[in-house]
Amino acid sequence: MSFQVPDFTLIAPEILLLTMGCVVLCVDAFLPEERKYFSYRIVQLSLLAAALLILLSALPERQVGFSGTFVRDAMGDVLKVAVLLVTFTAFVYGRDYLRERGLLRGEFFVLGLFAALGMMVLVSAHSLLTVYLGLELLSLCLYAMVATDRDSPTASEAAMKYFVLGALASGMLLYGLSMIYGASGSLDLGVIRQVVYAGDHRNLVLVFGLVFMVVGIGFKLGAVPFHMWIPDVYHGAPTAVTLFLGSAPKIAAFALAMRLLADGMQGMHADWQQMLIVLSVLSMGLGNLVAIAQSNLKRMLAYSTIAHVGFLLLGILSGTPEGYSAAMFYTLTYVIMVTGAFGIILLLSRAGFESDRLEDFKGLNDRNPWVALLMMLIMFSTAGVPPLVGFHAKLAVLRAVIDVELVWLAVVAVLFSVIGAFYYLRVVWHMYFDKSGDETPVVAALDARVMLSANGLLVLILGVFPGWLLAICAASIG
Amino acid sequence: MISDWPLLSLTIWLPILGGSAVLFAGETNREGARNLALAISVLTFLVCLPLWSGFDTGTATMQFQERYPWMSTLGVYYHLGVDGFSLPLILLTTFTTVLVVIAGWEVIQYKVAQYMAAFLIMEGLMVGVFAALDAVLFYVFFEAMLIPMFLVIGIWGGPRRIYATLKFFLYTFVGSVLMLVALVYMYFQADSWSIVDFHHLRLGYQEQILIFLAFFLAFAVKVPMWPVHTWLPDAHVEAPTGGSVILAAITLKVGGYGFVRFALPITPDAAGALSWLVISLSLIAVIYIGLVALVQEDMKKLIAYSSIAHMGFVTLGFFLVFSIHENTGELAGAALGIEGGMVQMISHGFISGALFLCVGVMYDRLHSRQIKDYGGLVNTMPVFAAFMVLFCMANAGLPGTSGFVGEFMVILSGFHSSIWIALLAGLTLILGAAYTLWLVKRVIFGEVANDGVAALEDINTREALFLGVLAAVVLGLGVWPDPLVSVMHESVENLVQHISVSKL
Repeated sequence: MSFQVPDFTLIAPEILLLTMGCVVLCVDAFLPEERKYFSYRIVQLSLLAAALLILLSALPERQVGFSGTFVRDAMGDVLKVAVLLVTFTAFVYGRDYLRERGLLRGEFFVLGLFAALGMMVLVSAHSLLTVYLGLELLSLCLYAMVATDRDSPTASEAAMKYFVLGALASGMLLYGLSMIYGASGSLDLGVIRQVVYAGDHRNLVLVFGLVFMVVGIGFKLGAVPFHMWIPDVYHGAPTAVTLFLGSAPKIAAFALAMRLLADGMQGMHADWQQMLIVLSVLSMGLGNLVAIAQSNLKRMLAYSTIAHVGFLLLGILSGTPEGYSAAMFYTLTYVIMVTGAFGIILLLSRAGFESDRLEDFKGLNDRNPWVALLMMLIMFSTAGVPPLVGFHAKLAVLRAVIDVELVWLAVVAVLFSVIGAFYYLRVVWHMYFDKSGDETPVVAALDARVMLSANGLLVLILGVFPGWLLAICAASIG
Repeated sequence: MISDWPLLSLTIWLPILGGSAVLFAGETNREGARNLALAISVLTFLVCLPLWSGFDTGTATMQFQERYPWMSTLGVYYHLGVDGFSLPLILLTTFTTVLVVIAGWEVIQYKVAQYMAAFLIMEGLMVGVFAALDAVLFYVFFEAMLIPMFLVIGIWGGPRRIYATLKFFLYTFVGSVLMLVALVYMYFQADSWSIVDFHHLRLGYQEQILIFLAFFLAFAVKVPMWPVHTWLPDAHVEAPTGGSVILAAITLKVGGYGFVRFALPITPDAAGALSWLVISLSLIAVIYIGLVALVQEDMKKLIAYSSIAHMGFVTLGFFLVFSIHENTGELAGAALGIEGGMVQMISHGFISGALFLCVGVMYDRLHSRQIKDYGGLVNTMPVFAAFMVLFCMANAGLPGTSGFVGEFMVILSGFHSSIWIALLAGLTLILGAAYTLWLVKRVIFGEVANDGVAALEDINTREALFLGVLAAVVLGLGVWPDPLVSVMHESVENLVQHISVSKL
């Protein structure tokens, strides 16, 4: 057995993030309290630099390295850049919120940086071991971030719940992975793919492993019936953390599903399609119905996430390249929308006021028509109303589902999306049709305002010109 | 040559971009916002006039086509074009918007810029609905239209506006999402999103039935047909005058247009098999809703119900085709029904718009829509009373007004189908006359009812302007409908020819 020096350029962006994470950790320890901004700046710069590095070092061909544990391909690159940009945006939106609550500490950003690193590893995983490594790095950072506000009982409770359920799900996933390793004799997803294709599809151990794997993926995505953590964690965590937690990790979870199911277990598509159909219908149903009953916007968005995961699964379960690229488009656009929605909650909050109840949005059109317009665009987009991008995402997954002759599933999906429209409309009606007693002007830092405007307008612009992003998704899957 | 310009794109995007500009002009400069809105709406109307003058009435093919790739990975095109069905509706849209802008001039004081912007953007979207030849593009315009209407009713509406606007949005949303599934399904059959390709798509009987039902739900809610009409009275009563005018004059027509553009040509066999259903529902709308209109005490509600009854005539005319073709074997009588339905749509657009504007004029003065709060208006507002009586007569289908032409054509074609259908449809002439004339009697004539009415001032120049223009159009189309009929004639012939051939 010979030892080859691996090609380190493959993981140059990851190395950069890791190094910068360690640097910030050290530097921050010696920074006085009033200069914590410095670590924020370094973190933001490293995120941008890593994204740039990915773009510059993009390879024309798919390349597997590090003894088959790491893959660099177009889909991975696109998803990683998205993860980094979303993380960057989430930190810009969340910064002032954290400062007002005395949570602006170096640890927060270091944890965020390591979470981003975990997501990147996960996105590029080509072995069951790398999958688990990336997933755990991400999850551990998120558990700690939820508990950032250690004096808040709800945040601590949320963190505890998240940790216990998350550990359970990781255990399930690990159990499933070990079965698959046992049945296929390899950790390498490429080899597993061959074995699954060549071997007996009814192999009981493989199917057994697959079930546990789907449970793990369902948990990370937040699909019903593995959704229990989502409402409590979204609600309990500080909004800045909810924003981060609800956005970039969804991209990673999509990558997880793609690497394990679409890449590794494509040969057993017929088996996992059945499971995902159940998860998808349940998620769309429960998410949309329970969201109606919520009076807290963060909680409502949590249930809306569950519903959107149901839609996203539609793309994956179709099992075609068109379906995968539709799901990828759905994930990316959903993350843009949810980042904007939480960004607006953060923008409207101030010291001692969370602005996360539905009533807090009453009369926003009178207070600040521009922010109300952005929120309206985002809400109509999440409801899937054209000409906003949410419509094209829904159209793409419906198209994928109808393509594989599951017309009934498409009908179920659109009917649930009508139910979903109601609670998004409720936000719009509070903003536009109700009067508010709150006359406080909306103040926010310039960079957050500019980015939020760009974010909201992106929903509209992508809705009118969705072609390029669709083309990117199609090209990176193909 | 001006007709070489991308006129359709201009008609769509000028008001949308102009509306955005009005929005950003903000509330600080109200007079500027109003003037800008008026300029844009007039300009849009002028831009679409060359469409009419340059339109070739001798052909049923799509004209003024524009086609560019929009989402190349999904095969979606930005494809526009007009034929005899869509052109009159586009003209109606741009014309009505000018009136709506003028009608909201002094009345709307709350968030003027947003109000004007909403109507301009809506105008562009509605023109887009009528001009789109790509199914996805059509759907985008079709649904996007809901957003400004939702806001218009919700922001400037009456006391129960939130209930009304939610009902409006969700009803129409439910109707249309199933159509989306049907459109995607047909895309895979035709391998194209082009509506014209859908027309030539061969579909099995069961497929046709399901697709037709999806279309039917989407468009029946929009028309609206009994029993899915209940959103309309609520939405109308709560909407501001401009919203009511747009709803009645144009939004409802989208439903009728959908039938002739999608349901009839794409699924002719299913439409034929289920035409009994549509005809029954239309007759129920004409008779039952006519009776309902009779007992209304709110003027806007009365006109809303009368709209449903009149739109029942439209769907009746469209779906008589099949039984006429079966009974007589000839296509001329069948074409008469569709043509009558189309004329009825256009004429109803003007008349119902005018009636809602009349109610708006009264409401601005006394802030009541209740019939009992009025009476003897002729004594204090003689000029207004003259207009109101004219439009009510037109609504009742008096010969010489545009309201007569469409109804007459549909009833005439009804005789080709079955004497009973013609007879039942003819009841509308009695019922329509009953509820409108009774309205006139109670509101316009009689003694001056109260001090409020006694103190009324007659209409000013601005109000006289828009009512006068509408009166001229209603009378003009009534005595000389030929310009309208000749525009749509070839397209109607072509459609009847197309659906007389089974796709099975």
